[in-house]
Amino acid sequence: MLKQPTPESAPIVKKRISDPLPVQIVLIGLTLLFFITFIFLPLGLVFAQAFSKGWEYYLESIREPYALEAVKLTLTTVAIVVPLNALFGVTAAWAITKFNFRGKAALKTLLDLPFAVSPVIAGLIFVLLVGSRTPFGSWLGEQGIKIIFSTPGIVIATLFVTFPFVARELIPLMEAQGRDEEEAALTLGARGWQIFGKITLPNIRWGLLYGMILCSARSIGEFGAVSVVSGHIRGQTNTIPLHVEILYSEYNFAASFSVASILVFLALLTVGVKVTLEKQFQKNSFHH
Amino acid sequence: MGIELQNITKKFTGYTALDNISLNVASGELVALLGPSGCGKTTLLRIIAGLELPDSGKIILENKDTTNLPPRKKNVGFVFQHYALFRRLTVFENVAFGLKVLPMRERPSRSAIQERVEHLLKLVQMDWAIKRYPSQLSGGQRQRVALARALAVNPKVLLLDEPFSALDAKVRQELRRWLRKLHDEIHVTSIFVTHDQEEALELADRIVVINKGRIEQLGTPQEVYDHPVNAFVYNFLGNVNVFHGRIKEGKVTLGTHHLDAPDELKNTEERPSQAFVRPHEIGISRIRSNETDLAGTIQEVRLMGGQIGLNLECEGFEHPIEAEIPRDLYINLQLSRGEKVFVSLNRVKVFTGDYAI
Amino acid sequence: MELFQRKRRNILPGFGLSMGYTVFYLSAIVIVPLSMIFFNTIPMGWEPFLHTVTAPRVLASYRLSFSTALFAAIFDAIVGLLTAWVLVRYRFAGRQFLDALVDLPFALPTAVAGICFATLYSPVGWLGETFAKWNIEIINSPTGIVVALIFIGFPFVVRTIQPVLEEVEQEIEEAAQCLGATRWQTFRKILLPHLFPALLTGSTLAFARGIGEYGSVIFIAGNLPMKTEIAPLMIMSKLDQFDYNGASAVALVLLLISFSMLLLLNAVQEWQQKEYR
Repeated sequence: MLKQPTPESAPIVKKRISDPLPVQIVLIGLTLLFFITFIFLPLGLVFAQAFSKGWEYYLESIREPYALEAVKLTLTTVAIVVPLNALFGVTAAWAITKFNFRGKAALKTLLDLPFAVSPVIAGLIFVLLVGSRTPFGSWLGEQGIKIIFSTPGIVIATLFVTFPFVARELIPLMEAQGRDEEEAALTLGARGWQIFGKITLPNIRWGLLYGMILCSARSIGEFGAVSVVSGHIRGQTNTIPLHVEILYSEYNFAASFSVASILVFLALLTVGVKVTLEKQFQKNSFHH
Repeated sequence: MGIELQNITKKFTGYTALDNISLNVASGELVALLGPSGCGKTTLLRIIAGLELPDSGKIILENKDTTNLPPRKKNVGFVFQHYALFRRLTVFENVAFGLKVLPMRERPSRSAIQERVEHLLKLVQMDWAIKRYPSQLSGGQRQRVALARALAVNPKVLLLDEPFSALDAKVRQELRRWLRKLHDEIHVTSIFVTHDQEEALELADRIVVINKGRIEQLGTPQEVYDHPVNAFVYNFLGNVNVFHGRIKEGKVTLGTHHLDAPDELKNTEERPSQAFVRPHEIGISRIRSNETDLAGTIQEVRLMGGQIGLNLECEGFEHPIEAEIPRDLYINLQLSRGEKVFVSLNRVKVFTGDYAI
Repeated sequence: MELFQRKRRNILPGFGLSMGYTVFYLSAIVIVPLSMIFFNTIPMGWEPFLHTVTAPRVLASYRLSFSTALFAAIFDAIVGLLTAWVLVRYRFAGRQFLDALVDLPFALPTAVAGICFATLYSPVGWLGETFAKWNIEIINSPTGIVVALIFIGFPFVVRTIQPVLEEVEQEIEEAAQCLGATRWQTFRKILLPHLFPALLTGSTLAFARGIGEYGSVIFIAGNLPMKTEIAPLMIMSKLDQFDYNGASAVALVLLLISFSMLLLLNAVQEWQQKEYR
């Protein structure tokens, strides 16, 4: 969740009681040690491995047709999943934050459900629902519709896994903003869509954007769930992470890490965007 | 008639927020709804605006039944306690909002909107801030913009929900006087909600005192202050000393002290009563001028600006009596802690009935 | 009249539409698919179900998933608290950079993390080489799984403690010091109890995530039956044999455990709020 500015945070710069310098140095040192072994070394390793056979090989690995097919499939998935889940997130946040109704807490818990489910189980449930050996799946098969082991399966599994991201960003944000502005717009004569378009949407735009970015990042990177429903058909049902896995299991480490480096780059980008958006939040802080 | 409320009742789960409220407000009047928090006054205001729906009753604005109209069709201006300015819109866009969301046919031209917004911002003395965002304004400035925004749609009725309660004491005073002046200029029928009796007394043409979802008293500030109809109203409108006693044979017993009962209670049978005296209606002197005067000792002295507050321990009274006297008198009488004085209760108001404070 | 009032019970528009769509979409994407686990387990009957989920290999996988997730969560609690403390309390060059990178495990695809750790700790890898000299095996062992899960769970702990630590009023610490407490006493007796709910929440989230984690683990685990085969992998291999009921049974147990843990956490948090607010 994006950190929202606290009213007190800005103006008063008080000197905190601090620890003695040696303690500080030791604690910072330990933290750095952890970051080096768990963050910096893995990141460095990706690029070291990716370029272990030189630039040429690197470029070739990511431009090779199967890799490009994987990128295409992943982008298709993102293009379908993110708008659908964003639409849902906004709708759910509107229902939950602008009205009082019984069972609100239960509904909020249900929205978070996919986070508590193992990715493998997320894939499994769709195999059980529409796999070719289930009644519904075989009926679909007779109609010539194939879901599992093809693109639609990858899309719905990803929908499930990334389901809560946008709603989770928006609900606390909209709860904090309250209903006052919408009510003010109402007394000034605005209609429902005018209120939403002119007041609510501009107020939640950064939260919405961040939710969508998280949703995209997870859609691109999802492995377990997609792995279950994909069938691993090269050039057809391989997303980028699955392609990385195949190359790795074929001991083609350089190619595997080359493709992985794209994912690392996107992850770093996501983290960077988060920091930028948080600064936007601070700037547009509405409490004084 | 500006606003007519007929038998408004509203229940929330577990309690009754408004219990059969009827109220008439004349066109151009400025009325205060005064009461403690949770008494239902804000709910009533929101019902008039259409932001809540009554369980029963009717709301008639300018002779038109608007009970079931959505807020958008009511044509009321609403000013919120926490301003509720649109934070992503400039001051100009905020004030213009109500005009820009009108359907194409009714919407004024761009230049007309521009002109109207500028006029309103001048009226609330905020024309210098036209391009700013709400976050760049102080609380008092925001509330002025909120007022201009509410006035932009030419509302039949202006409703203000504790408009000054989020502001500092000093700004609050200033804005209060300014609002009174503004109302005298534009004369729009207005209701404002407050829990601050001073604000209500200073600002309103008439005050409606509300408690537990019922109207306790309705009248001009003078009437309500000088002739409170019951103990609640008396107590709510300022500091008081409360004496629990009995009324018997035309006399009121306060401690070991007796007083003539007010005329309307002269002939009642014996029953418990409460007597109220405002601190500034207590006289202090060095000599006993009247046989009903009490002998007392000054227990505590408090500086309160122009006034001096005294806690007096009086013979026959369990609790100390609070008094407020002008500073000059305090100096002239050369009073200090531990001095003996005579205390006269000048205007005692007696109520019977069960009222617990 | 009755109907009319019902219709206008909500003042802001769009309740029916937004609520309707929310419930529909939630059912279609989450509730109905998840319920398939039950529909595929119930026909099995009690005996075969029990037989499936108590098979030695399945039990071993549960045990492995739990113990590794638990170890990782405990490690994350310690390192997470340390990191949050350093990031909130100290000012040093690169602090904001580290702060931003805390989220990397959230953003990095699990498969990438998996191949990174597998390569890093392989006997010829940058770190594995050193460990190999000391005869410590990390890859193809539970230790490797713990390493991957530490990475995955780390941000949960930091991001739940950080805001709480930021909000601690300085006056509380100053008061404690005025009363003669040493720095360490202040930390142990005042700050730690204050941070404890957040610490518990964060590590429970890390634990829950660890139990179900798949992508980052399978590369480093080696996936040897009875030894380094995690529960999600059990589901995967049953699926590969088209044993749908078996897969559902194993999944059901895993799901029930994750849910009850999160419910327990909710209950603890509610109790905490009642107690202290």
